Amino acid sequence: MNAAATSMEQEPTSADGPASRRITVGYGFWIFLLSDIIMFSAFFATYAVLNGATNGGPGPAQLFDTTNVAIETACLLASSFSCGMASLAVAERNQKWTQLSLLTTGLLGTAFLVLELREFSSLVARGAGPTHSAFLSSFFTLVGCHGAHITAGLLWLGTMMAQFYAKGFRENIQHRYLCFSLFWHALDIIWIAIFSLVYLNGTRL
Amino acid sequence: MSTTGVSPGDAGANGRSRMRGVRTYLIGLGLAILMTAASFWAAQTHLIYGPGIAVAIVVLAIAQMGIHLVFFLHITTAPDNTNNVLALAFGILIACLVIFGSLWIMANLNHNMLPMEPM
Amino acid sequence: MFGKLTWSAIPFDQPIPLASSLVVGLIMGAVLAWVFVKGYAPYLWREWITSVDHKRIGVMYCILALVMLIRGFIDALMMRSQQALAFHGPGYLPPEHYDQIFSAHGTIMIFFVAMPFVIGLMNFVIPLQLGVRDVAFPTLNSVSFWLTASGSFLVTISLVVGEFARTGWLAYPPLSELTYSPGVGVDYYLWALEISGIGTLMAGINMATTILKLRAPGLTYMRMPVFCWTSLASNLLIVAAFPILTAVLAMLLLDRYCDFHFFTTTAGGNPMMFVNLIWAWGHPEVYILILPAFGVFSEVIATFSGKPLFGYRSMVAATMVICILSFTVWLHHFFTMGAGGDVNAVFGILSMVIAVPTGVKIFNWLFTMYGGRIRYTAPMCWSVGFIITFMIGGMTGVLLAVPPADFVLHNSLFLVAHFHNVIIGGVLFGAFAGYTYWFPKAFGFTLDERLGKAAFWFWFVGFWVTFVPLYMLGLMGMTRRMQHYDRPEWYPWTLVSMAGALLILTGIVLQVVQLVVSIRTRDKRRDVTGDPWDGRSLEWSTPSPPPVFNFAVYPDVSGKQPETEPQYAAIDVPRNTPTGFVAAFFATVTGFSLIWHIWWLVIVGLVGAYATFVVFAWRDESETEVPADEVARIDRANRQARSVALRGHAA
Repeated sequence: MNAAATSMEQEPTSADGPASRRITVGYGFWIFLLSDIIMFSAFFATYAVLNGATNGGPGPAQLFDTTNVAIETACLLASSFSCGMASLAVAERNQKWTQLSLLTTGLLGTAFLVLELREFSSLVARGAGPTHSAFLSSFFTLVGCHGAHITAGLLWLGTMMAQFYAKGFRENIQHRYLCFSLFWHALDIIWIAIFSLVYLNGTRL
Repeated sequence: MSTTGVSPGDAGANGRSRMRGVRTYLIGLGLAILMTAASFWAAQTHLIYGPGIAVAIVVLAIAQMGIHLVFFLHITTAPDNTNNVLALAFGILIACLVIFGSLWIMANLNHNMLPMEPM
Repeated sequence: MFGKLTWSAIPFDQPIPLASSLVVGLIMGAVLAWVFVKGYAPYLWREWITSVDHKRIGVMYCILALVMLIRGFIDALMMRSQQALAFHGPGYLPPEHYDQIFSAHGTIMIFFVAMPFVIGLMNFVIPLQLGVRDVAFPTLNSVSFWLTASGSFLVTISLVVGEFARTGWLAYPPLSELTYSPGVGVDYYLWALEISGIGTLMAGINMATTILKLRAPGLTYMRMPVFCWTSLASNLLIVAAFPILTAVLAMLLLDRYCDFHFFTTTAGGNPMMFVNLIWAWGHPEVYILILPAFGVFSEVIATFSGKPLFGYRSMVAATMVICILSFTVWLHHFFTMGAGGDVNAVFGILSMVIAVPTGVKIFNWLFTMYGGRIRYTAPMCWSVGFIITFMIGGMTGVLLAVPPADFVLHNSLFLVAHFHNVIIGGVLFGAFAGYTYWFPKAFGFTLDERLGKAAFWFWFVGFWVTFVPLYMLGLMGMTRRMQHYDRPEWYPWTLVSMAGALLILTGIVLQVVQLVVSIRTRDKRRDVTGDPWDGRSLEWSTPSPPPVFNFAVYPDVSGKQPETEPQYAAIDVPRNTPTGFVAAFFATVTGFSLIWHIWWLVIVGLVGAYATFVVFAWRDESETEVPADEVARIDRANRQARSVALRGHAA
């Protein structure tokens, strides 16, 4: 077994030894994502407990627009697909397809955000803002937290596009992109829970 | 094959052709669209027994999450993915404990306490 | 322009906070002046503040913890003296002030003493025990530390500018809602914890990834020292529990800042949901604190009994069982708050079950000592003191886990005595054991033994003299957090408790003296071999202190110690960076301006933090190289020193 080391990123020549940088970075971010999912579960639990507390005001059935939700879902799902395409392009170090698929992802994510902001502002205009009842507070917080994550993701996406353009496909930038794609897919997974348990469950027959 | 594992989100063995990669994502997209549409339909249809609709939505949601995990995040049951799956299982366990524990406790409390004000 | 911040925020009309602010300000000013005048500032900046080396960061965490221990202990002295004086009288602390003191005491001790202490020890030791060069994400490590420091800075500054929360260390609504706490105190509390909570979460991710993905060749899971196992469990709990804290505090912040209705008494809010979620975090939190301490004791007891740890596999199993079970017991903190008998029974039984794996661990430690050649050094004294103290504290915990008993004892001083029993006897004694055990590894000389043992005895006796009266008072019906009382039968016990607090004060003074004396006389107790205690884990094979890269070559743990010199190669070490410090600076600015509603400054802070991140992400050089001959020189010196010492011993 060769025990001489040249750097922190020693490639193991045997079954054991420190894992490669890519695996370490990816796994660390995976654990962060799990912590994020647990944070969302706290918001979900709060929504589940408080969603009946409408303070005499409107409830889910009166407020949610499933058509809008369907379009948002389509945008996010498509953006996950284009993010996957970007992963393939990054692996092949293809600048053009990387930028194109990342741009598509960003545009679809922005469309999602615009639709969500429109939904929120229309709710506020109807007198159903987050300050009116516990149900509305928990709804705006849960869905808004997801939207805040999408916003942060879009900022990150823009930074990634700039980095790929300016610095090429250096290893550590590829690792960052790995983390971004994990993040983006996880946000779609959380959206599945949101549209199913909040919107569809709230407006079902 | 290195037993130190593979990163989550990585497709595993290197050198997969681009076609295979695109195919995986396309299959995932297709299945996800199917499940999503089924979810929306289930919420509005009369064909399912009323109280069972919520269950159908939950099951379909879990299916969609599974599709994302397998086709987009490349989580598999191969031995090089064990750490990733274990971490995921731990996260899911805690999330379930928090959600279902809170629901049980709060329902119990609400049942036993005087109502706070007209809801 | 300055939001709610005006000159009236400084407590000119309250003598005690004013005097303490002046004292704190003078001390900090004096330290800063000394640093700059003596020319230490560039060294400190280059070698410590911008360091991404886990050893340096670990030491800084422990320094933060020890400094905040003094602050938190002063709060404790004030509480004890107030209760000793406040029989049929007002004492010397008005209620509004007393409330802030017990809230600050709890907040500081948990978040800014216990957490930094255990995280610091884990940070320093884990990579060395795993045979690797650093943690998985060194710069993130620096960010984590500085964010924790930022939180402690905010709590400290609340003494000078504004006020602290008056709600107790967990800030239950409705008291902590804007209606009943309109001042900035609760906001200080909330933002300090949100900011440092992010730091802690990052540290948890960092350490868990390190343990799971970065180990020396041949170091399989079942060869890891038990300290690594308990640290793994603790860090997994951090990753799982701290997001809940972030979420619930964010909800309270939304209630206070944006008029949301999560926990208000109107519009459908449910204050009990806060209690539920905060304890869903709070119970795993105490296991986050105690598990690394358990790990320290496993190392110390094995080393100073001259035997390998008894029952390695059952220790590992017990640790992981505790890790999972700690997420299933949180309701026992609010048995009395209205859940039915079935819920209370289930959580009560689970709370008793979790005592079983802990008992397994205690038996393993005892069996490790049995038949060994025991050396009663200071770390070993702390360990034996722990076994006695923690065991009794754990038993009172099992007593409290019985819901009918808890109905009588909830929120009495019995409860207070119980949790101090397990936190001081468990976490703090463990931290002190780890501190005295690994001090020579960090600094190259051991601490003075006599003073260390004297400090231990004052702490140990002082602890019991302080808290046995509190057990009695709890059984007699005295509730916690009382600013005054009028039952004569309670009075003598509060006096005895005050005396105990003075004994602990002596212990702390002795620890400070020990440090000063040990530094002054360090040449007498130099550690030249790197292994002053005859330990068996990998950290003792490095020099004291270890070089920045820890190991010249990765140790091969599957077999023999190589007799010949290894082939030396250049080593890349992560570059120091001010990212952590600067990010925390902007976090502090953001937190402070959020507290005082200075909205333009909030934006400045957030933009600054994002800019820091982008600047860091844009750098091209992330490592510096230690050339091969430098590596060779350091390692040869270490081997030389060891062989001289060993030959000296053999002869």
